Amino acid sequence: MKKQYKFTLSLLAVAAVIAGCASVPGPVDLDKLTADIVKASFRDEGIVKASVLETDETNRACSAADVAGTPLDDETASRLQAVNLKSIQWPSDGKFIGDWQEGEKLAQSGRGLTYSDDASTPNGGNCYNCHQIDKKEISFGTIGPSLYNYGKLRGISDDPNSAASRAIIEYTWGKIWNAKAYNACSNMPRAGHMKIMTEAQVRHLVALLVDPKSAVNQ
Amino acid sequence: MKMTIKLSLLALACLAAPATFAQKSAVESIEEYRAMLADGNPAELFEAKGEDLWKQKRGSKKASLEQCDLGKGPGVIKGVFVELPRYFADTKKVQDLESRLLTCMDTLQGFNPVEIAKTPFGKGEQVNMTALATWISAESKGMKFNISQAHGQEKTFYDVGKRLFFQRAGPHDFSCASCHGQDKTRIRLQDLPNLTKNPGDGIGFAAWPAYRVSSGEMWGMQQRLNDCYRQQRFPYPGFASDAITALSVYLGVNSQGSVSIAPALKR
Repeated sequence: MKKQYKFTLSLLAVAAVIAGCASVPGPVDLDKLTADIVKASFRDEGIVKASVLETDETNRACSAADVAGTPLDDETASRLQAVNLKSIQWPSDGKFIGDWQEGEKLAQSGRGLTYSDDASTPNGGNCYNCHQIDKKEISFGTIGPSLYNYGKLRGISDDPNSAASRAIIEYTWGKIWNAKAYNACSNMPRAGHMKIMTEAQVRHLVALLVDPKSAVNQ
Repeated sequence: MKMTIKLSLLALACLAAPATFAQKSAVESIEEYRAMLADGNPAELFEAKGEDLWKQKRGSKKASLEQCDLGKGPGVIKGVFVELPRYFADTKKVQDLESRLLTCMDTLQGFNPVEIAKTPFGKGEQVNMTALATWISAESKGMKFNISQAHGQEKTFYDVGKRLFFQRAGPHDFSCASCHGQDKTRIRLQDLPNLTKNPGDGIGFAAWPAYRVSSGEMWGMQQRLNDCYRQQRFPYPGFASDAITALSVYLGVNSQGSVSIAPALKR
């Protein structure tokens, strides 16, 4: 009664790579082997399907650059940023700014989309995990830059809808919707693009950062 | 013991309360709190259970694990933990501690490894698996990691593990490196070790298995890495799967020379 391990396939793959090459396997073989091992190792669980690992060109290029230890070349980075920029959905009603207090609630939550969450768990924006935002919240992460006084520092004063503030507000929307449009290998998730946040929620997050009344800008 | 922990948690809450000096003092408070608990790490209970399980005749073959070869010959416990994962000639695989224990529970005791691998953490034979891993790790406490890269498969698994570490995917585009690829960063107030290089004695790979105070659970490395992937919004990495072993090889080799403090105590 031979027991079949789930990883027999990938074992064969390892054996094949080692048997097939007199020397150490090269990067191409290792990429293929890694893909095979991923396929054999991960399974659907709860709301998370194994297919979420089939990612897009941006992630694949950035992962490869990370492994190589060299940043993307300028041409590839610009091309990928352009692809991501093109995918941004701008507000359907032309309104960029929602309710900053709702934005704060979303920024606080890091919940949703793990295999132990159910489909009814509302997604959080995960913002405080990596950024300082409202100064009153001392429990903030430092992977991203501080966003305290974000709007104020960028000169957004009384009317955030003014023509003078237009460019920075569009950028803020775009950055939250798809961070990779401005930095191909940014660590920041693409909240709108990957449907982590809805259009209305992105509006609230923009408000949190730019509304002169927001706690962020006090 | 539970009571002590609850009381200490209260103490922690009080220590953390004066919010004005914010981060540093909060982190220091947590360190103090850990030191306070270290006198009575509940992991000791799991160690005792693990040692007992090693000698017990169990499974369909009514055999103990005493002939299990964890890398330094049948029955040798001392020092094996800091040399795992490694290549095993009998299985022709690179295995970490838990996947190797799974092999021994299969071949020596007659347990069904597929069933155990499918069992959720903290249930059934997985509880025993964690206890065994806790005891075996404790027998190498204070020793330095010395993980072999001599065999071709060991080297290959390091390279695969590195690719897994940097694999960006899922709805959030996270990889292990999103949180563990830079020096001196935090998620909320939690300090994050940079695991792309040696994070130092008793940090990262050198701290698991560990007792987690927040959940009141003992976790092995398999569960720790599984939970990283959960938080990354990845699907479920199979217990003892090649992906987890390869990632462990990458982390272990990066921690080469660092002192193991397992079983550790975590927040």
